[in-house]
Amino acid sequence: MLVFIIRRLLGMFAVLIAVSILVFIIFILIPGGDPAERMAGKNPTQQNIINIREKWGFNRPFYIQYLRMMQKAGTGLIPGRHGQYDVLRSFQNRTDVVDQIVRGIPITFSLAIGAAVIWLFFGILVGFIAAVTAGRWSDRLITTLALIGISMPVFFLGIVVRYYLTEKPAHALFPDGGYYPLTKDPIQWAYHLILPWLVLAILFIGFYARVLRSNMLDVMNEDYVRTARAKGLGPKIVMQRHVLRNSLIPIVTLFGLDFAAVIGGAAILTETVFELHGVGWYAAQSVGDLDLPPIMGVTLYGAFFIVLFSAVIDIIYAYLDPRIRPT
Amino acid sequence: MVGAPPGALTVYKLLQTKGMAEPATELSLDSAAAPAAEDHEVAIVGRSPWYLAWRRLRRNYFALAAFGVFVLIVVACALAPVYSRYVAHMGPNDTNISGSVDVGGKETKIIGGGAAYDPKTNSFKIHQVKILGPTWWHAHGRYVFGADNLGRDEAVRLLYGGLNSLKIGIGSALICTFFAVVLALLGGFHGGATDWFISRGFDLIWAFPVFLLAIALGSALSVNGFHHFGITIQPGSLWIPTLVISVILIPYVGRPIRGQILSLRQKEFIEAAVGQGASSFRIMFSDLLPNVISTILVFFTLIIAINILTEAGLSFLGAGVRLPNPSWGNMIDTGKDQLPSAPWLALLPGIAIVITVLSLNIFGDGLRDALDPRGSVRQDR
Repeated sequence: MLVFIIRRLLGMFAVLIAVSILVFIIFILIPGGDPAERMAGKNPTQQNIINIREKWGFNRPFYIQYLRMMQKAGTGLIPGRHGQYDVLRSFQNRTDVVDQIVRGIPITFSLAIGAAVIWLFFGILVGFIAAVTAGRWSDRLITTLALIGISMPVFFLGIVVRYYLTEKPAHALFPDGGYYPLTKDPIQWAYHLILPWLVLAILFIGFYARVLRSNMLDVMNEDYVRTARAKGLGPKIVMQRHVLRNSLIPIVTLFGLDFAAVIGGAAILTETVFELHGVGWYAAQSVGDLDLPPIMGVTLYGAFFIVLFSAVIDIIYAYLDPRIRPT
Repeated sequence: MVGAPPGALTVYKLLQTKGMAEPATELSLDSAAAPAAEDHEVAIVGRSPWYLAWRRLRRNYFALAAFGVFVLIVVACALAPVYSRYVAHMGPNDTNISGSVDVGGKETKIIGGGAAYDPKTNSFKIHQVKILGPTWWHAHGRYVFGADNLGRDEAVRLLYGGLNSLKIGIGSALICTFFAVVLALLGGFHGGATDWFISRGFDLIWAFPVFLLAIALGSALSVNGFHHFGITIQPGSLWIPTLVISVILIPYVGRPIRGQILSLRQKEFIEAAVGQGASSFRIMFSDLLPNVISTILVFFTLIIAINILTEAGLSFLGAGVRLPNPSWGNMIDTGKDQLPSAPWLALLPGIAIVITVLSLNIFGDGLRDALDPRGSVRQDR
């Protein structure tokens, strides 16, 4: 087990390095041209361009630029030890990308955790009901609604919900966008986040319900379910202990990856629509101006969470299920 | 013989007449049809799996209707450059801020309101800006879905936007499926170092949040376009979102197909092909590929739906189709600020996306049920 953990963690670091190199290629090598000229604005003096090039290190070999980026991204996670390099700094307003991401983390976490609780609960509940009543009207209704849920662009749903529930009514039941810190007042925090949670959760509820339903229908035909029935267990116990539990295994994997993605900024559309100033929102703000460093920072940050989470999931899996433990 | 499966009677008879010793020589796939036809009083015809799938699909009216809706949308959008000029008398980017149009016999300003000078009181009166709403057919095909804030015809933009969205959705689905299948075949069949590199490549893309990677690539490519390896793509080209979306989705299609190839590789017919000295190209494309084609078809349908959603999200944020080129996503973005005065600007493209994606998802589900009734093709993400 220990060997497995060590091997998995080493693999994780290898993937992280590969990911960071890919990010560097995407943002530094693909755009090409001279970033200093783009940053200097209209009609720059030659000296100005040279100064920018010098200060940001664009004239250095690209592996030096890469190492400086990684040093900044790495030490940035430990507060108080960064800021000496002009890498990972917004081209537009020169704010520090790592600072801005750290500032957005509590908001993104609040959104992700609340939405995850909602989508996991309702996804499993709805999928379970659909599978148990397969073929009846409740199943048809749920599968239709789930299909509509996964066909809905999340930002469109967000815009419509936000306008018609918070902005248009004279006495709106829900507050309009914005974030209320958890530390100030937990009730206000939840109250401000309830609509974004629901909007973000809808897609996942539909998706999880579909996956769980088809899994359960498969598992119901398994031999061990027939055995359980044959030895006289009640239908309720068979459903809960044998069918549901075994159908939840793929859901756990899906959930780990989806949750990591949402924490890593995949909720970018929801955050933008509801003006929650989280990590995703920060990247979205920079897209319009083609301000690359913030997008680069957020991409690195998001990939970091996904890689970390999938390593953790694998280790938990190996702990729970000895069959997939190689050593 | 009550409750025996159909055909059992034939076997029974054969066993009785010929004795137990040698039924196998008499009963082959070809020879069994004739005595079986006697029992059932109908000729038994061999059916290809494609015919069986089509027969199952034909009975699923819901899925067929959904496919009809999708085809209708594609045709309406694809032919927009041909007919929209004669109906709406405007292109997608023709503005008309000061003009007016005849709606049901009444002359109506396309963009009414704003500041107007009143000579009696010698002052400006500010009226709320009023954009022409949907005229349906009262203006003889002009402004069927109303105007936008620049006086452009929303219906025409919706069709051209749909054309762009569908081009990207279908185009990137083609590119993505093609590369995913080729990589999966190469990796799954050859194994070893090839497979290692391809799988690690999949893992690498898999390690990113899909949508963020799309935004990253989309915005990095929008700075200067792409000018490497002899390929030149201008910024603002539709190829940027198309290629970005196809690249990021390759592992999501490639991984499950690679898994299927890996298990097919162990089968006897591949061993036989290898033993006959078939080239690896032949084994990959004429032995392995036909066995995964139903999976590919189902994925292809569902990937188009995912692509249209991804494109809409990218364009909404400004990293996909760039203005003034319309797409459903960026139309929602420009329309969202006018929800109070002109709600149709954001609602119509959104509804268009939902209908298109929903019809594709319904058809994809139906196709999967038809091609694979036992459900081994699973959409695991």
